[in-house]
Amino acid sequence: MVTVLTETGETRVSGEAGEALWLSRDEAGSATGWLMKPEGFCKDDVCVPTPAGKEGDYIDGDKVNVSAFWTLMGKPAATSEQGDVWCLSEGAQMRNDALLSLQAPDFTLPDFDGKLHSLSDFRRKRVLLITWASW
Amino acid sequence: MFESVADEDFVIVSVAMDADIEAARPWVAEANPSFVTLIDQNHLLSSLYNMVNVPQAVWIDERGRVVRPTETGGSLDILREFDFDAGGFKPEAQERAQVVKSTYFDAVKDWAVNGSDSQFAFDPAQAKAHVPAMTDDMSLAHVKFQLGQYLARQGRAEEADALFAQCRELHPDSWNIFRETTERMEGGIAAGEEFWGKVMSLGDKEYYASIDMQGIA
Repeated sequence: MVTVLTETGETRVSGEAGEALWLSRDEAGSATGWLMKPEGFCKDDVCVPTPAGKEGDYIDGDKVNVSAFWTLMGKPAATSEQGDVWCLSEGAQMRNDALLSLQAPDFTLPDFDGKLHSLSDFRRKRVLLITWASW
Repeated sequence: MFESVADEDFVIVSVAMDADIEAARPWVAEANPSFVTLIDQNHLLSSLYNMVNVPQAVWIDERGRVVRPTETGGSLDILREFDFDAGGFKPEAQERAQVVKSTYFDAVKDWAVNGSDSQFAFDPAQAKAHVPAMTDDMSLAHVKFQLGQYLARQGRAEEADALFAQCRELHPDSWNIFRETTERMEGGIAAGEEFWGKVMSLGDKEYYASIDMQGIA
């Protein structure tokens, strides 16, 4: 079993722990939101073609090398020593583009009773988003 | 503080950047319908909004547009005016900090009431110019931090600590990463020798970045 962490959650998948994150097409989709299609590795209207001549590094039957695609897309990933936990995130360029669009990045976080709230729940109000910490 | 302006047009979303929810819980104020208090154990907001310290704030209008990007939320950088003999900040520094805090929260109230007519809300060009830039190293620090927090919760402290050490090197300006992962004093405050050593080596850099707001120098 492998655990895949993204900014929206945590997914347990049946892939093998190792130096690369090989997942079935279905599990790649459920864990990351990216789908293997004839055009390449796709999410919404973005598709990253499989590099020509290197298909074997990215696709093996039903398996997709998610970590290789992640690196190809220039997105940051981190993995535990045994490769049993992977964390996949967005790169600086995407973060900067999002912030410069001035559309506030949405997020969902729990309150102290465990109830989830999204920033977008407060649309039509002005929001002062402010952080603090116990430390 | 905001009861006079907190109404159906305005809400405060306060987020605790705390890996340990139980450490933060005692600090949570009594429930107030105009005040939503959330917990961000993985510091997702650091990654999404390029935050590096607390308190940092973002002003978001009714359409979900940012009118003041990530900035210090009313704190003045007086850390190096801490009087270790007296065990507190010098009174003169505290007064300056109080003025900045009042000025900042008066500006928030002005915007809460007046919205885009407030002189404190940036226009889009100004807002873009104030967005702090993220680097590849910073985004790598954020992904390693999230993995480290997950492993720490699984009891894999050694692996987590190795990741946190990498995070600090990749993103040395992040006090959120540093203080969350450094030694804690009694009471849970991250203000031990390691913290003060880093503060004292800041040189010309600020602990709380000063903000571009009328009335705050």
